[in-house]
Amino acid sequence: MIGRLARNALALVLATLAFGAMAENPSIVVASTTSTQQSGLFPKLLPAFEKETGISVRVVAVGTGQALDIGRRGDCDVVFVHDRVAELAFLAEGHGVKRYPVMYNDFVLIGPKSDPARVAGGTDIAVALRAVNAARAPFVSRADKSGTYEAELRLWKEAGIDIAATKGPWYRETGSGMGPALNTASAMDAYVLSDRGTWLNFHNRGNLGVVVQGDKRLFNQYGVMLVNPDKHPSVKKDLGQKFIDWLVSPRGQAVIAEYRIDGEPLFFPNAGTDS
Amino acid sequence: MNTISESFVLALTMVANVDPQIVAVVALSMAVSLSSTLCSAAIGLPLGAAIAVSRFRGRSALIAVLNAAMGLPPVVVGLVVYLLLSRAGPLGRFGLLFTPTAMVIAQTVLITPIVAALTRQVVEDAWVEYREYLHSLGSGWFRSTQTLLWDTRWSLATVLLSGFGRAAAEVGAIIIVGGNIDGVTRVMTTAIVLETSKGDLPLALALGTILIAIVLALNLGAQGLRNWAKLRHG
Repeated sequence: MIGRLARNALALVLATLAFGAMAENPSIVVASTTSTQQSGLFPKLLPAFEKETGISVRVVAVGTGQALDIGRRGDCDVVFVHDRVAELAFLAEGHGVKRYPVMYNDFVLIGPKSDPARVAGGTDIAVALRAVNAARAPFVSRADKSGTYEAELRLWKEAGIDIAATKGPWYRETGSGMGPALNTASAMDAYVLSDRGTWLNFHNRGNLGVVVQGDKRLFNQYGVMLVNPDKHPSVKKDLGQKFIDWLVSPRGQAVIAEYRIDGEPLFFPNAGTDS
Repeated sequence: MNTISESFVLALTMVANVDPQIVAVVALSMAVSLSSTLCSAAIGLPLGAAIAVSRFRGRSALIAVLNAAMGLPPVVVGLVVYLLLSRAGPLGRFGLLFTPTAMVIAQTVLITPIVAALTRQVVEDAWVEYREYLHSLGSGWFRSTQTLLWDTRWSLATVLLSGFGRAAAEVGAIIIVGGNIDGVTRVMTTAIVLETSKGDLPLALALGTILIAIVLALNLGAQGLRNWAKLRHG
């Protein structure tokens, strides 16, 4: 019986492997952020690319910090993230070949209708954060190594607040992705910094709405890089570069611009700029 | 309509429409979890039986370790398998990270202790009962384990089902080693995590309902098969 079981097990494992191999038309692994996936951009963008090139793109959607780490270990071919400072560090370490700006959107401050910090309608994020801090109003922080969290930390600094020193029970560090952080904020009527894309595609809004937007410090740039094949020989450099070239081409940029929810664009292509 | 009833209706609609995307995700879930259950059976059944009938130094310590390993934290298993399979890790050259195979490996690590530990208990109980008899037949060590495994097969089926249940319900390990890639490594549990992240709680719960229904159906099927076989073969 044992022999038979072992044989069956082996057969099934082989079948699973074959299953994997069957889908083996050329493919690349892209480590990206939750915002590109959860905003619905990738489900729109990737089929267009696959249709035109026959290359399938396998997206691992995690925070920017983790995505870059996947790249550092050589476990993906391309990284597509949104934290310029961290991206430049990645390049400086020699893990990336070249950084291409692709598109931008912006961060928005989300808050409850009751608006305990009285910041709704504002356009100055520093003023708003100072008010949230002064009111000790509940604020949900990602507290992971995501691009959004890094942006949040920079914004507290802009507001002249040393968040590490002044944070209290009102400042709730969830250590979670953008969606889960929004879920948490929704459940406890808290303020939270979100990228606009994830917010627009987010369903469980409860009492939440956009309270502050339009500050140029809320600018959120996305960049794409090929993982350095000299350092990581398993990188599929030709296929990966093809994807990057397509993203920054007029065609790829047009698909990005066309993606809208309720008529509202989520991302604004800006390849070729110096962002 | 509240979220729970809404998700119930949604689950029924998805099942009724045989949503091809859902079917693919369910099929992958089952393929991965069944593969890992079979792998863990191939390792855990003989291992558990061997420990049951052997006496050696450190045996009770080994049993304690095995029993404790039933509660291995999935996230930790996922992380360890991730580091092993990563390009920068010792098994990196096989390029298994972010594939269904990686998920099978992680689940196998998770449920093999369950299968082995429970098999050890089941077989040992039978061994106490059959020992004299098997000795009188002059059965050797190998023959005894085989006989015991065969005679306890119905209890062992339950052991395998509990292993399968854990595998199918697990998300912490496979989301790390699989990467939740659409159409490649997205299974029921990781899809539920994703929809929850998007705040689409009705859809997440609808997928959960389908997953529970499938696991229940499988268990009912196994139970039916078992009853039928018992009736026929005693």
